[in-house]
Amino acid sequence: MTDILLEISDLVIEYHTDDAVIHALNGINLTIKQGETIGLVGETGAGKTTIARSIMRILQTPPAKFCSGKIVFQDQDIMALSEKEMRKIRGNKIAMIFQDPMTALNPVHRIGDQITEAVGLHNHVSRAEAQIRAGKMLEMVGIPASRFKEYPHQFSGGMKQRVVIAMALACNPILLLADEPTTALDVTIQAQVLEMMRELKERLGTSVVMITHDLGIVAQTCNSVAVIYAGEIVEYGTAEHIFDYPSHPYTIGLFNSLPKLGSRERRLKPIKGLMPDPTNLPTGCKFYDRCPDATKACSLCSPDIIEISPGHSVKCIMREVSS
Amino acid sequence: MLRFIIKRLLLVIPTLLGITIVVQLFIVITPGDPARLLAGNQVSEEEVEELREEMGLNDPFLVRYGNYMKNLLSGNFGTSYRTKSSVLTEMLNRFPYTLLLVCISMLLAVVIGIPLGIYAATHQYSWKDNAAIFGSLFCVSMPSFWFALMLIQALCVKLKILPVAGVDNWKGWILPCFTNALAYAASIARQMRSNLLEVIRQDFISTARAKGQTENKVLYKHALQNAVIPIIMTIGSIFGFALGGSLITEVIFGIPGLGSYTITALMARDYPVIQTSVLFLSTVFCIMLLLTDVAFAIVDPRIRAQYVRRAKKPEKKEPERSVA
Amino acid sequence: MNETVSWRKKSRFAETWRQLKKNKVAVICLFVIIAVVLIAIFAPVIAPYSYEKQDYSSVYAPPSAEHLLGTDGLGRDILSRLIYGAGQSLQLGVISTAIASVIGIIIGSIAGYYGGWKDNLIMRFFDIYQSIPMFLLCVTLAAVMGPSLNNATLAIGIGMIPGPARMMRASILSIREMDYVESAKAINAHSSHIIRKYIVPNAIAPLIVYVTMSIGMNVLAGGALSFIGLGAQPPVPEWGAMVSDARNIMRDHGTLALYPGICIMIVVLAFNLLGDGLRDALDPRLKN
Repeated sequence: MTDILLEISDLVIEYHTDDAVIHALNGINLTIKQGETIGLVGETGAGKTTIARSIMRILQTPPAKFCSGKIVFQDQDIMALSEKEMRKIRGNKIAMIFQDPMTALNPVHRIGDQITEAVGLHNHVSRAEAQIRAGKMLEMVGIPASRFKEYPHQFSGGMKQRVVIAMALACNPILLLADEPTTALDVTIQAQVLEMMRELKERLGTSVVMITHDLGIVAQTCNSVAVIYAGEIVEYGTAEHIFDYPSHPYTIGLFNSLPKLGSRERRLKPIKGLMPDPTNLPTGCKFYDRCPDATKACSLCSPDIIEISPGHSVKCIMREVSS
Repeated sequence: MLRFIIKRLLLVIPTLLGITIVVQLFIVITPGDPARLLAGNQVSEEEVEELREEMGLNDPFLVRYGNYMKNLLSGNFGTSYRTKSSVLTEMLNRFPYTLLLVCISMLLAVVIGIPLGIYAATHQYSWKDNAAIFGSLFCVSMPSFWFALMLIQALCVKLKILPVAGVDNWKGWILPCFTNALAYAASIARQMRSNLLEVIRQDFISTARAKGQTENKVLYKHALQNAVIPIIMTIGSIFGFALGGSLITEVIFGIPGLGSYTITALMARDYPVIQTSVLFLSTVFCIMLLLTDVAFAIVDPRIRAQYVRRAKKPEKKEPERSVA
Repeated sequence: MNETVSWRKKSRFAETWRQLKKNKVAVICLFVIIAVVLIAIFAPVIAPYSYEKQDYSSVYAPPSAEHLLGTDGLGRDILSRLIYGAGQSLQLGVISTAIASVIGIIIGSIAGYYGGWKDNLIMRFFDIYQSIPMFLLCVTLAAVMGPSLNNATLAIGIGMIPGPARMMRASILSIREMDYVESAKAINAHSSHIIRKYIVPNAIAPLIVYVTMSIGMNVLAGGALSFIGLGAQPPVPEWGAMVSDARNIMRDHGTLALYPGICIMIVVLAFNLLGDGLRDALDPRLKN
């Protein structure tokens, strides 16, 4: 029996600004199991970061507003916890890596101290002991411990991201939320960082939520995939299933838009149109405007989630259960 | 770091040189005749002309400037036209008063302004923030000379708690320092608030929260340490305003400092005093700016790194592959 | 399509105005400023008396139907003097800011756009300039030129030049590096086109805020100059000078110093609050 680590049910989150209300998440249902790496794929603005920040409960409220739904982590309702209890979880049981390494570290603190801070917050150890552990984390991510006393501006982008990862994994979290950890890095560094994350994950047994818009990274690192569109999960399944049998028209469109090596196509095939305005979402299927297979029925009401094969579900009325 | 300080110090010299030129220029192009002012109306024109020659008022600019610099470098700052006493002695007697006034005002301003700015920033969407902003703008908009007079009227004349003028005892210092400090505190508070608001939106603050850090520590340990650094430069420039403002404050409160001395000299066309005074006050300002530059370089590790000579060479080798 | 064209035509000015309207305080301040300007222009019509009409029979009179705010030591009507004073203070504030801004913007633009030795020379010059505490510089200039309202205006204007100059230079330097300027150069856009279309609109925003708040500060500086006798000369009713006049008799007639100070404060506060509001309207990111 695989342990269910985190379960999100019908999560609805809005952002209230002076001008309008932004419907960021519109009923997210997601399950993360122990030891798996799940990829959260979607365009910018689909709601991926919002999900991650909701799990950590570090959304700025205002302007964000938690409307309904549940997030249950290890049988605890995240939304019901006190701030003090939540702090015990942040950085300790659930950790997060942010997107831009250039700004993720405090410029006036030494990097060693920043990792030490993470250790010291959740472990009752002396400062010296915490520093030793921080040094070990640095070594683990491939940075010589002699650079403990240096400042962030003395590191390159890739190394900064490694420091961020060291900081996130310092307390051996059960769940790691990686919000586009390699988007700001160039491709060779990206490969190094991903490889390092994979080794660490195997060694420490961490479950990972890999938020990305890059299907290549998903293929390389993830066991399962959830595709997000306009604040909803439109398709979910194992990586093999999604890559071999993409079912939702959006997912199919994503794969079609990738240029393929060795093919003789002349033009790229983007998905035409744009994501719907989050302040003014359509009542029916949110992909209706851009979907090549859409029918009138699609625009009338939001489709249910259909399980087309075990472990592979789609939010589309055009797909049927197959054996 | 020492190299940086020395380099910065050396920059002060051409600046001061430039100031001496500017001041001489002002004096030379002034309308009005100090020789006539000095001699009085009874003296004949020839005698005034003689006096003019003696005072070097007819010489061309370069000659006057050359004489001035020669005197300056030998420590001769001239004698006041008005009081006939040595300018240097008079200045040295008066400067401590001005320095004390300015320093206490600045200290008060920092002590009031920084906490106020933090308070406003942390209560951003509430009425407290709006009240603080409005209050700061209110203080900054008040004419300080008028405010001082109002306070004197209320506290010294009507209620008789504080002395009306003069700084014979410590009580006399309260009002002058306070009236100045209010406006400067308001500026510092506004700057602090805006710095803090900007810093709080940065990614590393989210990182700190995601580590499980308490909101208090996030504010004081992470945000504040970053937000307070630019305030050092603000303090430097406010010091300049304080020096300029001391001219008025000393006149109102009867403080025998450099500011009131300068005002009297300006009204009386007392050139030796004016020259020296402007030079002196500008030098003090330059030194203060130097100190703030150095403080800034020391406190901000990004700038410090540019100037500290590394004890050992940094490791050039970065591992090519991630270490297992 | 028509929709696209009309969206483009909605200028930054309209957008800024829309944002500003939301800020009630700033709008009130705008009306206050307009009111003060109108008072200044129509002073001879509005004021019940001339500002120099002396009436020795009612000296230091308390407020009455004839003299709504009383009279001063020479029997002059205080309300009228306050009304006429509006023009003086506005001149001190607005004209000095205009002088400083025009000269400053030109110099700053040259320094920023051409760079090189021109930039270096100008910046070294400003370093020296700004090493003299600003108020000291203004006072010295005013004393040297001779006390009068116009000279005080000029003195403050000259003293304030480095501010807008440095700001303009900084704006130009940062805009020059922006990608959209690079793109314009890549399609062979002419220098004057780049300046007109990209640099000026983007440099204007911080300058507008600075100029507005600068007017407030200059009114204060002008008041201070008049207070020590270097600005408006009697009988010109500048508010700072009125405070100075009242200083000696404050013990017995405290209110004489009160009114002109309040007037200065209202005008300066209005400009400062408006400037603050403009800053929020021009760059909403800073607010939220």
